[in-house]
Amino acid sequence: MRTLRDMKCGQSAKVVKLHGEGAVKRRIMDMGITKNIEIYVRKVAPLGDPVEVTVRGYELSLRKADAEMIEVQ
Amino acid sequence: MFQHSDEKERIKMRVKIALAGNPNSGKTTLFNALTGSNQFVGNWPGVTVEKKEGKIKGYTSKAEEAILVDLPGVYSLSPYTLEEVVSRNFLIGEKPDAIINIIDGTNLERNLYLTTQLTELGIPVIVAVNMMDLVRKNGEVLDIEKLGKDIGCKVVEISALRGEGIDQLAQRAVAIARGKKKNQPAHRFDGCVEHALAHIEEAIAGRVDESMERWYAVKLFERDEKVRESLDLDPALIRHIEEDIVSCETEMDDDAESIITGERYNYIGNIIEDCYKKRVKKTMSTSDKIDSIVTNRFLALPIFAAVMFLVYYVSVTTVGTLLTDWTNDTLFGAWIIPGAQSVLEAIGCAPWLTGLLVDGIISGVGAVLGFVPQMLVLFLFLAFLEECGYMARIAFIMDRIFRKFGLSGKSFIPMLIGTGCGVPGVMASRTIENDRDRKMTIMTTTFIPCGAKLPIIALIAGALFGGASWVAPSAYFVGIAAIICSGIILKKTKMFAGDPAPFVMELPAYHLPTVGNVLRSTWERGWSFIKKAGTIILLSTIFIWFAQSFGFEGGTFKMVENMENSILAAIGSGIAWIFTPLGWGNWKPAVAAITGLVAKENVVGTFGILYGFGEVAEDGAEIWGTLSGAMTQAAAYSFLVFNLLCAPCFAAMGAIKREMNNGKWFWFAIGYQTLLAYTVSLCVYQIGTWVSTGLFGAGTIVALILIAAFLWLLFRPYQENRMRKMSQNAAGEINA
Repeated sequence: MRTLRDMKCGQSAKVVKLHGEGAVKRRIMDMGITKNIEIYVRKVAPLGDPVEVTVRGYELSLRKADAEMIEVQ
Repeated sequence: MFQHSDEKERIKMRVKIALAGNPNSGKTTLFNALTGSNQFVGNWPGVTVEKKEGKIKGYTSKAEEAILVDLPGVYSLSPYTLEEVVSRNFLIGEKPDAIINIIDGTNLERNLYLTTQLTELGIPVIVAVNMMDLVRKNGEVLDIEKLGKDIGCKVVEISALRGEGIDQLAQRAVAIARGKKKNQPAHRFDGCVEHALAHIEEAIAGRVDESMERWYAVKLFERDEKVRESLDLDPALIRHIEEDIVSCETEMDDDAESIITGERYNYIGNIIEDCYKKRVKKTMSTSDKIDSIVTNRFLALPIFAAVMFLVYYVSVTTVGTLLTDWTNDTLFGAWIIPGAQSVLEAIGCAPWLTGLLVDGIISGVGAVLGFVPQMLVLFLFLAFLEECGYMARIAFIMDRIFRKFGLSGKSFIPMLIGTGCGVPGVMASRTIENDRDRKMTIMTTTFIPCGAKLPIIALIAGALFGGASWVAPSAYFVGIAAIICSGIILKKTKMFAGDPAPFVMELPAYHLPTVGNVLRSTWERGWSFIKKAGTIILLSTIFIWFAQSFGFEGGTFKMVENMENSILAAIGSGIAWIFTPLGWGNWKPAVAAITGLVAKENVVGTFGILYGFGEVAEDGAEIWGTLSGAMTQAAAYSFLVFNLLCAPCFAAMGAIKREMNNGKWFWFAIGYQTLLAYTVSLCVYQIGTWVSTGLFGAGTIVALILIAAFLWLLFRPYQENRMRKMSQNAAGEINA
């Protein structure tokens, strides 16, 4: 399974499924990362975590641990 | 028509409108534009989330007033974060007459997500599309008419920043609020979801307000625990509903929450396609260009360090200190206090009254106001950093380090400022959105040695360690270690348990803040310090002054000549035994520590007075000899550590109280700090004595046990309580 965590800077991919449950998952979905949406990895923070992605036309940052919940194509 | 005689009509004219929207959508600017100076700031009941209300301009008269309630900025109405729950409870519980939903026109997709939830509540909604000037500038076109039709409510274009469309928005909002026409959500979900929702609506019909059936049905479909509990449905009905949900989940191969979220975004996708024309050519915006430098892999940390240096340099080292010193030493120290003193003496005022007025009240007021200029300088910076979007980047850059001990990347600023003064340091924690991160930061910021603690360090280093150069750095080390250990220990306690807050954070586009917004935010924070922290600081200062100056001398209660006869000395003697295990169970250091609560640098001055030297230099060089005879090195270092870590000065305590905004949390913070100080000092003294003299006694055993307990607290595994716990905590806080 390939997740957002495995993606390199500058790569785009389509979201296949969100794993996990509870507040973090809900929050990720609320922020617009849902099935079939295109997600683009813009940048990694200078200390290696979190990452910055572009989704639905805006910038979002999330931790690598949470990015693991997002399965991509 | 409106008639003055008709009471019913009159009530109908008074309306309450909620302002809802995403963070960074320009909500605060709009709120200010709509209400002007008619604002009052409070708190949502039972929580530390700030609540702002105001009267809409042009609707301020008693008979026709329109009250605008600013809801916390939220992305959704999920049951997970405090802000969301507060917003939900208000919308469902207090049922405002209308909702103004501000959305960012440059970021329609995510902003409309909240709109789809608001329109389900049955409350009339008016959507204000903000930043329309930017949308047009980008060459994009938004068909307002179509958008309104698609989402089923009125839509107006505004630019909160330029004040465009504000009056029209106010008029329409008040009109729909007075009209009280129930809102019908226009959106429809996928067939099988609608099928399940229809079943649920049928099942709960009659139990909830008819206009809110849709909202409740959707929430029950999502298995929202809070809604389930509030409806108190009977188990058979829940099982029945559950069947519908499960069959829908099987059909769509996803869980219910994901289905609803996905459906909302699909629906929004269709709307956008229908009414929004994006420019195809994508160029890098100015914001993107700034960001590619500011959070660049190599430049981010140097830029961050430079910004932090600038903030520190201006608000702590130069301008801030200049202003504080001027207020304390010149304004109060050289003008007001001596002035008042001579006036009172000239008119023959009784010495005790002069003392009360000058040393008690005026000094107390000075203690409050002395911090204000410096704080305003700092708040100016913070407001600017927040408004321009850099604050979110600070969290982005520093998150990796700080989240390890339960703090936010934004905790860096309070800690940095704390090295200058803990009071603005604690106040700076306001920029942290997450409740737990903020509380943790408030509790630990004052562990960092502030400027006023430096004289104590100099005193101890000079008197007992021959001015050894390691003492001062070790004090900072103790402070930082206290923060890190506290973070880890507290994170494992029940109060802070649960998952770390999801760090799924929007990085808003950079923009130049308006002068008005920055000044308003600066002033609001400064004023809230004066108002909320001022009382506690003033009263405490007066109390200490009284205890220090009065007592039994020559058999009568009067203003004492000799501090040894004061009430404070009596209190000091009474509690000195508490500090015996710490190695300084003598009334003099005890009293010095108490006067340190007024201001930490007082510790040195009090020592000077108590050892009979009167006025002493800042580092107390005159009393070094006496002090080294009175204390061992271990005891002195223990005294130093205690004063570094224990409850901070009253001003900082006032700030803590203001920021915690909750008596229980305030006392918990102060209690924790003092307990930690006591424990660490005890270990320092006992172990120090053991190492230096080889004496092994009961105290040493206690110290070893405490160290073992401390290590256990530090290294025990995290408790396994995932989200459930967290939402319960949030619920508990709301209900409390």
